[in-house]
Amino acid sequence: MMQSMAKFRGYRRADPGTQPDHLHPPYVSSVKRAPSKPLVCLPHTLSEVTGPSFDSFAIDVKASDLTRQHAGEPVGERIIVRGRVLDEDARPAAHTLIEVWQANAAGRYRHNVDQHNAPLDPNFEGSGHTLTDEHGNFRFITIRPGAYPWRNHYNAWRPAHIHFSVFGPAFATRLITQMYFPGDALLPFDPIFNCTADEKARNRLISIFDWETTVCEQALGYRFDIILSGRDSTPWEK
Amino acid sequence: MGLQATTSQTVGPFFQIGLARFYIDDLTGPGVSGEKIEIEGRVFDGAGEPVPDGVIEIWQADAQGKYAHTESSRELEGIEENDSHAKEHAQAQRGLGAFRGFGRVPTQADGSFRFKTIKPGRVPAPDGTLQAPHIAVSIFTRGLLRRLVTRIYFPDEPSNAEDFTLKLVEVGRRHTLIAKKLHDRRLEWNVVLQGADETVFFDC
Repeated sequence: MMQSMAKFRGYRRADPGTQPDHLHPPYVSSVKRAPSKPLVCLPHTLSEVTGPSFDSFAIDVKASDLTRQHAGEPVGERIIVRGRVLDEDARPAAHTLIEVWQANAAGRYRHNVDQHNAPLDPNFEGSGHTLTDEHGNFRFITIRPGAYPWRNHYNAWRPAHIHFSVFGPAFATRLITQMYFPGDALLPFDPIFNCTADEKARNRLISIFDWETTVCEQALGYRFDIILSGRDSTPWEK
Repeated sequence: MGLQATTSQTVGPFFQIGLARFYIDDLTGPGVSGEKIEIEGRVFDGAGEPVPDGVIEIWQADAQGKYAHTESSRELEGIEENDSHAKEHAQAQRGLGAFRGFGRVPTQADGSFRFKTIKPGRVPAPDGTLQAPHIAVSIFTRGLLRRLVTRIYFPDEPSNAEDFTLKLVEVGRRHTLIAKKLHDRRLEWNVVLQGADETVFFDC
């Protein structure tokens, strides 16, 4: 058994500054919820290199088209968001579950906690999911979400964003993030977007306007690739 | 130079819209064998207030210590990455059982959550020992910019004393990872995000 264990490989850790610290005081909600004690480094075991799969679930095609979940079409600017889920060695995460949620075009979430006085859209749920294909590709059709106010500080507004939840091949690769839009004037002022110290890392959360994804007379296209932790190149040794 | 992992962002207060479809609070079901248990608990912030807007995900092995995942076989761990034929063969031998091992629940207004599952078996550690039975946990809430990772261990388990991961945790904090027995099949495991009796969280 010791011989086989020598080949065990975990997943790589983030480069310094490329992931947010738990405590980021400008984001007020982090102040009472961030752990105060140092995290204990967990060498990956079988529990972290395995993870759930959803490829046996029946995934409805309509779930990836957020503009066709009701009788009528939602109000707003129709967009297509396309991308790939890859690991740090550019290997695709095939057949992995992606879940998305977002505000409607007016900046309102279909959620009882959202008290913003912008209108709800009876034709927009604001949620979708899909599985990547064997090359890690995914594609959603949706409405460009609106900016919305929140109470983090005086006159605080969140830039337009879409929430993304991704699993990847292992417990260690689980990621929840947000996709932003190029040229959004609110980005420099948003404490959540700016929680990551490394400027290049946070700018990769901004999708790229993409002619190849844009469909003539239908919808503008944006590209958003999601990169998950890569596998260690050398086996863990005792 | 390879690529770099995408930076994490908070799940925010409205995750229910996107994550509710795959809420799974009962991991038992037809064909699932093992000791049925219920785990319940509450999540608290640094002020001792309940966290009503969190989501907890669990991942665990079945009662025999197998994960519903292609890498979950001691055979597979011994196979070189480039020996794809042998790996495929081992994967085909294994197949997926009825137990999927994944759960996800939101916290309620009082910070509470509850799962029905089975007690997992022991799985190997990288040093060749067997780990004590445990459940891997991810916690997402508004205010958390990235997930918190922790584990649930079981009370009255002699193997806890020898566990590969528990041994990395200072003795005085290990109890935060071990559920308490309520009665019979019910266990309690609370999460304290911050403060004196803060739950142990892992850098994963």
